[in-house]
Amino acid sequence: MKIVLEHLTKIFKNLDKRIKEPVIAVSDFTFEIPDGSLIGLLGPSGCGKSTTLNLISGLEEPTEGRIYFGDKDVTDLPPEKRGVGLVFQNYALYPHMTVLENIMFPLGNLRGEDRLTKEEMRDRAVHAAELVQIEGLLERRPAEMSGGQQQRVAIARALVKSPEVLLLDEPLSNLDARLRLQTREEIRRIQRATGITTIFVTHDQEEAMSISDLIVVMKDGAVHQIAKPQDVYDDPVNLFVAKFLGTPQINVFSGEIRDGKLMIGPEAVFAVSGAEDRPVTVAVRPEGFLPAADGALSCELKRVEVMGRDTSVVFSHPALDAVQGRAIVDASLTRDLEPGAVRFSLRPEKTHLFDAESGERIRCRLTRKEEEHV
Amino acid sequence: MKPKKKSVGARIGKAAVYALLSLWTLIVLFPFYWMVLTSFKSYSSYNAEFVPRFFVTDPTLANYGNAFSSVPLGRYFLNTLIFTAATTAIMLIVTVLAAFAFSRLEFAGKNIVFALFLSLMMIPNELVIITNFVTITNWDMRNTFLGLILPSVTSVFYIYLLKENFEQIPDELYKAAKVDGTSDFKYLVRVMLPICRPTLVTVTILKVIECWNSYVWPRLITDDKSYFLVSNGIQEIRENGFGRENIPAMMAAVVVISLPLIVLFLIFRSRIMAGVMRGGTKK
Amino acid sequence: MFKKKNLKAWLYLTPALLFLAVFMIYPLLDVVVYSFEEGYNSASQSYSGVGGFNFSYVLRDPYFLQALKNTFVIVLITVPVSTGLALLVALGLNSIGPLKKMFQTIYFLPYVTNTLAVGLVFMILFKKTAYSEGLVNLLLKLFGSPGVDFIDGPWWAKILVVCIYTVWIVMPFKVLILTSALASVDETYYKAARVDGTSKPRIFFRITLPMISPMLFYLIITGFIGAFKAYSDEVALFGTDLNAAGMNTIVGYVYDMLYGDSGGYPSFAAAAALILFAIVFTITCINLLVSRKHVYY
Repeated sequence: MKIVLEHLTKIFKNLDKRIKEPVIAVSDFTFEIPDGSLIGLLGPSGCGKSTTLNLISGLEEPTEGRIYFGDKDVTDLPPEKRGVGLVFQNYALYPHMTVLENIMFPLGNLRGEDRLTKEEMRDRAVHAAELVQIEGLLERRPAEMSGGQQQRVAIARALVKSPEVLLLDEPLSNLDARLRLQTREEIRRIQRATGITTIFVTHDQEEAMSISDLIVVMKDGAVHQIAKPQDVYDDPVNLFVAKFLGTPQINVFSGEIRDGKLMIGPEAVFAVSGAEDRPVTVAVRPEGFLPAADGALSCELKRVEVMGRDTSVVFSHPALDAVQGRAIVDASLTRDLEPGAVRFSLRPEKTHLFDAESGERIRCRLTRKEEEHV
Repeated sequence: MKPKKKSVGARIGKAAVYALLSLWTLIVLFPFYWMVLTSFKSYSSYNAEFVPRFFVTDPTLANYGNAFSSVPLGRYFLNTLIFTAATTAIMLIVTVLAAFAFSRLEFAGKNIVFALFLSLMMIPNELVIITNFVTITNWDMRNTFLGLILPSVTSVFYIYLLKENFEQIPDELYKAAKVDGTSDFKYLVRVMLPICRPTLVTVTILKVIECWNSYVWPRLITDDKSYFLVSNGIQEIRENGFGRENIPAMMAAVVVISLPLIVLFLIFRSRIMAGVMRGGTKK
Repeated sequence: MFKKKNLKAWLYLTPALLFLAVFMIYPLLDVVVYSFEEGYNSASQSYSGVGGFNFSYVLRDPYFLQALKNTFVIVLITVPVSTGLALLVALGLNSIGPLKKMFQTIYFLPYVTNTLAVGLVFMILFKKTAYSEGLVNLLLKLFGSPGVDFIDGPWWAKILVVCIYTVWIVMPFKVLILTSALASVDETYYKAARVDGTSKPRIFFRITLPMISPMLFYLIITGFIGAFKAYSDEVALFGTDLNAAGMNTIVGYVYDMLYGDSGGYPSFAAAAALILFAIVFTITCINLLVSRKHVYY
């Protein structure tokens, strides 16, 4: 089932009554989610991603815009008529019911010809439990299980009505690091096995990157970029997206295009074609730095942190927007580095230019000087 | 040398504390002891003791038989049971519904109505009882259970207590239930009430205690002995019961009346004490 | 959709609103109306005029003045005594480890007992009869006192029994609240004070008391309100005809005016109830003002 969002907008009254200004939680969201895909809604807290999820589930009504499931307009349908399954960060399991009762609970709400017999309900609940591999825990209560197991129960409960759409709100945030890794693989596996169009909300970029087919990056209610995970990383549309994705964070310098050259401080680091002279923001991924005796950018090396295969080189530069920057370099290249002056040459495909004012991406071709000479 | 001296002082202090606590224990328990003791003394031996004895030489159960046969103690008991059960049940339904509306539903004027509810908590019963007495009399409900029960079922405080408790249930549970198409009423019954069972039990017990001991309203509204509750019964026994001086039989009646609540208390003591601590100032 | 939501919420509220309207809000207005209706006759439900006569009658009624005096004496004795005693017991409870639970359980017992029933026990302990002096008088004789009839004797003896019984009845609640208040004072304050070499009295007055002062004031305020409404304790000790015993209280006066041998005067009852409410309200306001100055939060 594909999902189409058309100019979806949600405006709340401000909870603080002294402020008249309404809060725009979601602003003009238009997007078509392909059938059977796994979509990650990514953004910092308060960016409107959970509101988007609530709009799709029908828990909240949009101020403007329409929502289609397939070709059907579901905007005015209540949640239970939409055929969605919803999983929450804190699992929202009923604490007084066993696992089996929890999973069967949604089926008990079916009325009329959809009504199931006790045996049918049980069969379907057990089937859902098998899908998430918790069939051995059916008689336990939520308090007697680990967070990961509880999350599986929540997913089983969301799946038991065979929904067309599965919505997951921060499904991994309450789990510890090891379980998080395991459970996200699990979500991927279940989504593949069922083929249900799935949307999940997260503030954790690694989570979104690792399992999504497509990532939607949001901030302040607005969609900034929708793309495949690798593309969001490699080809950010603006400075926010560039800074939001990637650990360690991208290094941001203030620079300038002057006479067809990209200047950081007094040094020309690249030749630029396809952009006129202007002040710019230069963002370089940590892996875009190569220590080289004849490198174009000179920095002050603070220290080298060993991480095993790679090392993390901590440096400072007057044009940097932070106290220090970080470069990830192959360990073999950093053996001789000492604190003090160091020169880097930058990799053009890891360097992005943005408008100094708006933060919008400036599309242009960067070439190293040495390549120019060749 | 010094620390040793201190420990002697500390030990004396500890002993003084235990002495104080034991003394208060004695004061609290003595009336209970005396009432049980006296209830086992025979009428003649009680009256023969100019200096009352602190033990009983030949205990008798005759007083207990007397308490049930020469005054309608059984009737009083049954009345109190009916009154307590009905009042508590109706109170629970009314309170739960209102608390649910305040905690879970959205409606215009919610905050104003709730503030009004809260301000009613400060109104003393003594102020409204006059009109209620007239109302019940006009409705011809004197000496009926309905007359006893109706004005006793409202409790703003319990609505407040339950509302607070309901609000602690995470929003997500409600959202999950909504997505599954659960109706509000079913959510209340199947999810909220089971989760809030401890509070419901507390509220129930507190109300039961209140009902069992209520005296003023029943006294105003009943003068027919067949509708007396135990409190009025005991007053009636005291004034006209076994003849004024049959104190052992009176004590037997007092023991019988006190026992149910004491047993209830010993079973649920931590819950009752926690419930009272949360604001059960009413007695 | 919006309208439907509203309707549903009001539906859930209806039973509560109905009960409150009939048995609380309406009576609240009605009691004021009653209090100004002069010469109200409950048989014909008619009245002769409107004015303040009910109040002036009540205020000149010797029974009411006696009730007023009794109530004030009860309040002024039992509130400080019970609060101080409860603090002492709670401090004791909090300083011990073993047996604390047991003591707490025992101390709470009077809360769940029937006031009327246990009052009867107090009566026989204090009463002189033809057969016996009563246990308390026997004890007094051991100390060389001639003894006194606490139930049918002089006024001071009767009010003394009332106060003793009232304290016994209200202690459980106060001990419970103060024990938990004391237990919830953060242990680190005491540790810090001990490290600084603070003496025990200083710790009590400078740390413990300020920390529990909100609860203490809460108890004093509710204690005042409760004591002003004294009634059933007196009935338990002296029987329903409190006027004859000279032991009536304001609440008792209200009920007597309303019903019973001396009843049938809801207007006088209403006036007396409003006077009581005014007193309680004033005292509570004073309490709140004082507490605002002294409570450390």
